[in-house]
Amino acid sequence: MDAATRTGTANAAQNGRAIFECRDVRVFYGEKQALFDVGMDIMEHRVTAFIGPSGCGKSTFLRCLNRMNDIIDGCRVEGSIRLHGMDVYSREVDPVHLRARVGMVFQKPNPFPKSIYDNVAYGPRIHGLARDRTDLEEIVHTSLEKAGLLKEVKDRLDSPGTGLSGGQQQRLCIARAIAVSPDIILMDEPCSALDPIATAHIEELIDGLSENYTIVIVTHNMQQAARVSQRTAFFHIGELVEYSDTEEIFTSPSDERTQGYITGRFG
Amino acid sequence: MTSTIMTQPTAAETRLGWESAEVRRRIRRRHAANRRLRLYGIAAICTAIGLLATLVVSLVLLGSPAFVQTKLDMPVLLNAQHVDPAQPARGNYRAIVRSSFLSLFPEGAAMSPRDQRALFRILSNGAPLAVRDHVVANPGDLGKTVTLSVPLSDPFDQLNKGKIRRDLPENRRTVTDRQLAWFDHLDAQGLISMPFNWAMFFNSDSRFPELAGMAGALVGSFYALMVCFLISFPVGIAAAIYLEEFAPRNRWTDVIEVNVNNLAAVPSIVFGLLGLAVFLNFFNMPRSAPLVGGMVLSLMTLPTIIIVTRAALKAVPPSIREAALGVGASKHQVTLHHVLPLAMPGILTGTIIGMAQALGETAPLLLIGMNAFIVEPPGGILEPATALPTQIFIWADSPERGFAARTAGGILVLLGFLVMMNMVAVWLRKRFERRW
Ligand SMILES: Nc1ncnc2c1ncn2[C@@H]1O[C@H](COP(=O)(O)OP(=O)(O)OP(=O)(O)O)[C@@H](O)[C@H]1O
Ligand SMILES: [Mg+2]
Repeated sequence: MDAATRTGTANAAQNGRAIFECRDVRVFYGEKQALFDVGMDIMEHRVTAFIGPSGCGKSTFLRCLNRMNDIIDGCRVEGSIRLHGMDVYSREVDPVHLRARVGMVFQKPNPFPKSIYDNVAYGPRIHGLARDRTDLEEIVHTSLEKAGLLKEVKDRLDSPGTGLSGGQQQRLCIARAIAVSPDIILMDEPCSALDPIATAHIEELIDGLSENYTIVIVTHNMQQAARVSQRTAFFHIGELVEYSDTEEIFTSPSDERTQGYITGRFG
Repeated sequence: MTSTIMTQPTAAETRLGWESAEVRRRIRRRHAANRRLRLYGIAAICTAIGLLATLVVSLVLLGSPAFVQTKLDMPVLLNAQHVDPAQPARGNYRAIVRSSFLSLFPEGAAMSPRDQRALFRILSNGAPLAVRDHVVANPGDLGKTVTLSVPLSDPFDQLNKGKIRRDLPENRRTVTDRQLAWFDHLDAQGLISMPFNWAMFFNSDSRFPELAGMAGALVGSFYALMVCFLISFPVGIAAAIYLEEFAPRNRWTDVIEVNVNNLAAVPSIVFGLLGLAVFLNFFNMPRSAPLVGGMVLSLMTLPTIIIVTRAALKAVPPSIREAALGVGASKHQVTLHHVLPLAMPGILTGTIIGMAQALGETAPLLLIGMNAFIVEPPGGILEPATALPTQIFIWADSPERGFAARTAGGILVLLGFLVMMNMVAVWLRKRFERRW
C-alpha cells in the first residue's frame, strides 16, 4: 500500500463509513497511463472535493466511480473500486444499474431537448421507480424541490429544459440525477460554466444535499473546494498526492506540491 | 516615452513602412486577387445557371405540347343496333364512330372506300374506346345523339399544334392535301378543340402517341419506391445504428465501413446485373415486376441511407449520450430514446434524397425488364410494370412525332416529382433544425 492510500484509510475512522473503497486504481487510455495507483476511501454523506492542475486525472478518476469510462474506446481500468464492499468492475455489476445509483452531473449543463418535466421524469421512468402518474409527478416535484428549482419552473414544466438559463439548466441536471435516488452524486466541475451568483446557488445546494447524499465534486476553484467540501483530494500528474480533511489540506498541507498548488505557484 | 518612439522610428517601422509604395502595391495586388476570385465564382455560377436554364427551357418548349391534346367534339349517334344493351362493353363502336364521323361531311356517304379510310385516319384509334366508355357509364344514352370529345390521331394533333408545315409539298408530309381540307372543314365548324391532356396522367402506355400516358409508369414507380423504402429504410437505419453505436472499432468494422462507402459509388447498372442474375435467374422472381425493381433500387439507396444515418447519429452531441447514460439508461435506451429521435430529421432528409435518386434511376430497371410495353397500370408489386424513367426511355425510342413531346413531357413530370421530394427534404431540415 502506498502513502496516499494509508492517509485515506487512517482518516476513515474519524470520518464515518467509507462508501467507496478504491485501491491501486490505474487507468490507461490506450498505451498512455493516466492514473497511477490511486487509493482512497470516499466517506458516506460527506462532500469530497478533487483538486489539481488540468490534465492530472481528476475527471478520469471520477468517471471510474460510475464506469462512465466504459464508453471511451481504449480506456482500461485496473485495481479495485468497491461500492458498499462490491467491486464495481466485477462481472456481477451491471454498469447501467451502477450509474443509476451513482449519479453524475457534468461540466456543461446537458439537459435533454425535452420538457423540464420529462427531463426529470426520464430516469424514474426507465427504471420503473414510479408506481403511477401521480407518483411520478411527486418524484419530479420533490427532485426539483431538492435541486432548488421548483419555485422557478413550477408553472412551465412543459417548456423545454434547454430554454432555461445556464444555472437553471445545471440545477435541472442535478434534479435529474436526484430523481433516480442515487446514493452518490458525482459532479465534474459543475460550476465552471456558471456566473458567481449561479455558482453560489449550486454551492448552497450541494451543502443541503450532503445531508442525504454522498457528493464527489471536481473543481478548479480552491475557494469552492474549501467552502463546500469536508474532504479534499489533491491530484498531480495522475497521482493522488494528498487526501485528507479539507481544513488540513488548506491550512497545513503535508506535501509541498499541494502547498505549491493551493498557494498558486503552479497549476 | 511614447514621444521617443514617435521621433525615432524603430527598426520594425522602417522595415514595414505602411505608407511605402511597395506596401501599397501589395495591397492593390491583394484586392485584385480578391476581385478575380469573386469573378471566377460568379462566372462559374452563371455558367451553371445558364446550363440549367437551357435544359429547363428546352424541356418546357419540347414537352409542353404533350400536356394538351387536339380533340374533336363530335355529335355521335349511339345507334342501338350496334350495341347489345345487356353487354354495352362489347358493341361495334368502330361502326358507330365511323358513321357519325362520315355524317359530318356533306360528301361523306358518296366517298370511295379508299377515301373513307384516309378520312378515318384523322380520328385516333382511341375514339371508339372513348365512345364505349361513355356508353358503359351512361347506358341510357343508347339510341340518342350525344356530343363526345374524341382524340384526333397523332399527325392531326401535330398539324393542329403547328408542327406540320402546310407549305411543304404533299409527298413530304404525313398529311395529304385532301386530309388537310377535311381537317379545315372540321375546324371551320368549330369542332376542333385542344383541352388539357388528362390522358397523359390517366392513360397507360400505347402504340399511339395521342393515347399514351404515364399512369402505368407512375403506379409502377410508386410501387418500386415503396418496396425500396420498406427495405432500405429499416435495414439502413439498423445497420447504421449498429456501426455507429455498438460496433467495436476494429479491422472488421473498418472493412465494412470502406465497403459501404464503395457500394455507394458502384455504377447503378451493376446492381441491375446483380438483380438480373440473382433475383430473376436464380430466385425466379417475375420479370418487369416493381418488387424486383424496388429490391434492386434498395441495393443502391441502402449505402446512401447508411451513410447519412451515420452522419446524423454522429452529429448528436456526446453530452446527450452522457446525460442519458448518467441516469442509468442502457445503450439501447440511449439510442432509441435520445440519439435516434434527434438524428431523425437528418435521416429523413437523406432518405428522401436517396429515394429521389432511386426514382430517377433507369439503368438497373432496364436490365430487369421494367421497360416492357405494358398497357395497364400494375395491380400489385408482382405484376409487370414500367417506371417513370423507363417509360421516358421507351418513348424516346419510338419514332412517332408525338412521342418526342411525350418524352420531354415525361421528363418534366419526373423533374417535378424530384423537385417536390427535395423540397420536402429541405422543409424537414428547416422544420426540425437542431435544438440542443
Ligand atoms: N478520452 C481520452 N483519450 C485519451 N486520453 C485522455 C482521454 N481523456 C483524458 N485523457 C488524458 O488523461 C489525462 C487525465 O485527463 P482528465 O480529463 O482526467 O484530467 P482532468 O484532471 O479532469 O483535467 P481538467 O481539469 O482539465 O478537466 C490527461 O493527460 C488527458 O490527456
Ligand atoms: Mg476534467
